[in-house]
Amino acid sequence: MIENHKERENIRTSESAWVRGLLIFLALLFVGVFLIVPLIAIFSQALEKGWGLYWQSLNEPDTLAAIKLTLLTAAIAVPLNLIFGIAAAWAVTKFDFVGKNVLLSLLDLPFAISPVISGLLYILLFGSRGWLEPVLSALNIKIIFATPGIVLVTILVTFPFIARELIPLMQAQGIEEEEAALVLGANGWQTFFKVTLPNIKWGLLYGVILCNARAMGDFGAVSVVSGRIRGLTNTIPLQVEILYNEYNFTAAFAVASLLALLGIVTLVVKSIVEYKQNNPQPAVREVVSRGVQDEYSC
Amino acid sequence: MSIVVKDVSKRFGSFQALNSINLEIPTGELVALLGPSGSGKTTLLRIIAGLENASSGSIYFQGEDATEKKIQERQVGFVFQHYALFRHMTVFDNVAFGLRVKPAKLRPSEAEIKEKVNQLLKLVQMDWLGNRYPSQLSGGQRQRIALARALAVEPKILLLDEPFGALDAKVRKELRRWIRQLHDAIHLTSIFVTHDQEEALEVADRIVVMNEGKIEQVGTPEEVYDNPASPFVYQFLGNVNLFRGRLDSGRIRIGTHEFATPNLEGLQEQSAIAYVRPYELAIERNSSETKSIKAIVSYIRAIGPVVRLELNRKDNGELIEAEISKERFNELKLASGDEVYVGLNNLKVFVEDYVI
Repeated sequence: MIENHKERENIRTSESAWVRGLLIFLALLFVGVFLIVPLIAIFSQALEKGWGLYWQSLNEPDTLAAIKLTLLTAAIAVPLNLIFGIAAAWAVTKFDFVGKNVLLSLLDLPFAISPVISGLLYILLFGSRGWLEPVLSALNIKIIFATPGIVLVTILVTFPFIARELIPLMQAQGIEEEEAALVLGANGWQTFFKVTLPNIKWGLLYGVILCNARAMGDFGAVSVVSGRIRGLTNTIPLQVEILYNEYNFTAAFAVASLLALLGIVTLVVKSIVEYKQNNPQPAVREVVSRGVQDEYSC
Repeated sequence: MSIVVKDVSKRFGSFQALNSINLEIPTGELVALLGPSGSGKTTLLRIIAGLENASSGSIYFQGEDATEKKIQERQVGFVFQHYALFRHMTVFDNVAFGLRVKPAKLRPSEAEIKEKVNQLLKLVQMDWLGNRYPSQLSGGQRQRIALARALAVEPKILLLDEPFGALDAKVRKELRRWIRQLHDAIHLTSIFVTHDQEEALEVADRIVVMNEGKIEQVGTPEEVYDNPASPFVYQFLGNVNLFRGRLDSGRIRIGTHEFATPNLEGLQEQSAIAYVRPYELAIERNSSETKSIKAIVSYIRAIGPVVRLELNRKDNGELIEAEISKERFNELKLASGDEVYVGLNNLKVFVEDYVI
């Protein structure tokens, strides 16, 4: 490792020390001003009046309801998108079919359009003057300004995450291993659970983490369909906004600190997963060279 | 298990990968599908395995129609070109995979699996590598593990796609000999795909030469090498010299000389091409232009027991490759720029229509 480092410094193409120093300084300055300082601000504001008040503002019934709703939304949206994402990635990478490119473009749609538009779309479909209103009122189902609407828009805005994460990975891995499993007598489920899934597990987890972070943190789409009924249809981001607009800064920052924490946890887990993805077997190199020697000696 | 391929065609969009292939492979034979890339050999192998569906035609295993049989039921062992080992499993688990996915009723116990896998690893001389992961193995080792994995389910047929393609020359030669020995030991009907004529000639009982989705010739290595059925086979199996000439009443005229062509007597006058292998050229210092073709030595490569010569024809400057023994070379005392006479032995004439 140390040798490796030395080698890198000896490379002619490396910039001189002060250029490197300047670039590193600029990058750190940028990260500090735009990320670290706001993060510290959130926690210092939240804890400004002590842990007691912090705890109290989180323990408020409306806030607890918002937390519960957010967790529920994520708990429904993430597993559904997990299944959808695997199915879409599987279909796109392992089969050829008519409309494959259409499906691929549609996958990106939620990334391409503003979340507010996604929300409005649902209003147009399910709202009180929406296309499906007669059916919904006949069946006495309420979607807009209720939990189902929030869950639906969350699914919509988060559905590309897992599929988009898996498709390049599965494309790179090809279908030879699956073919090998089939020739060896495995059925479709065995092939999926014993061959495909273990090969994509880290990518999948990565997608789930990103999907979850977005599901819990989305503001735009949810704010359109939620109606912001306190204690009923407020998610954490909406609750933060309401508290802030009421000049209840401590409570607003306390709730915001939850989302910030979620962000930090996401980043940490993401780094671990990335590391695992890139280093499945750390000791590979040393053993390979031995393996080659063995090959020639036998 | 014998294999019969009947009228199999395969299209990929507008590309005709296989064009009405008919082939019979008796039980226990080791057959090579030999051809350049794009000749359809891998497609044919995959159709036999069930990895690909034929556009039309049928496959029979031991006289039984297997065309509609699912891939899992065909009882074939398939060794992929790039091995396709399960990268997240150890070598042992890779080999055990086929046994472990069997339905509960047919699945051997874990102890039986262990014994069987160890036995197979011993067969491929890898029994000390069971705990390694595929990424920790060399190419040759991976190839053997892929083979052990395919054999674990006791297939009735073994199919190998370019089994030596990704290996370096030394390992390749070793593995080639080893596969031949293995086949002689277990006598499994086996088909392997290769684009390397030397490999096919050395390993196979029979060679199926393919080109552009069609079978050019089927025969033992001696048959296809000594009696090529088409100019393509002649050119694909080893180096060859081409001599363009006119065919007329059983004789072909090349330059100023005429050669007898016994089996083409009935044909009317037309242009034809004669093929001669480099080692079937007789190089002489003194001769006459009616007996041989006059040429000038342009390059000599005298390494090992065989001396390779490059000659340019005096009349039209075309290149001729010749191989002569070291003794003959020393006898002739050849040097670059010398004029020699080239006699054609054993020439094989094909009329131009058949030439690609």
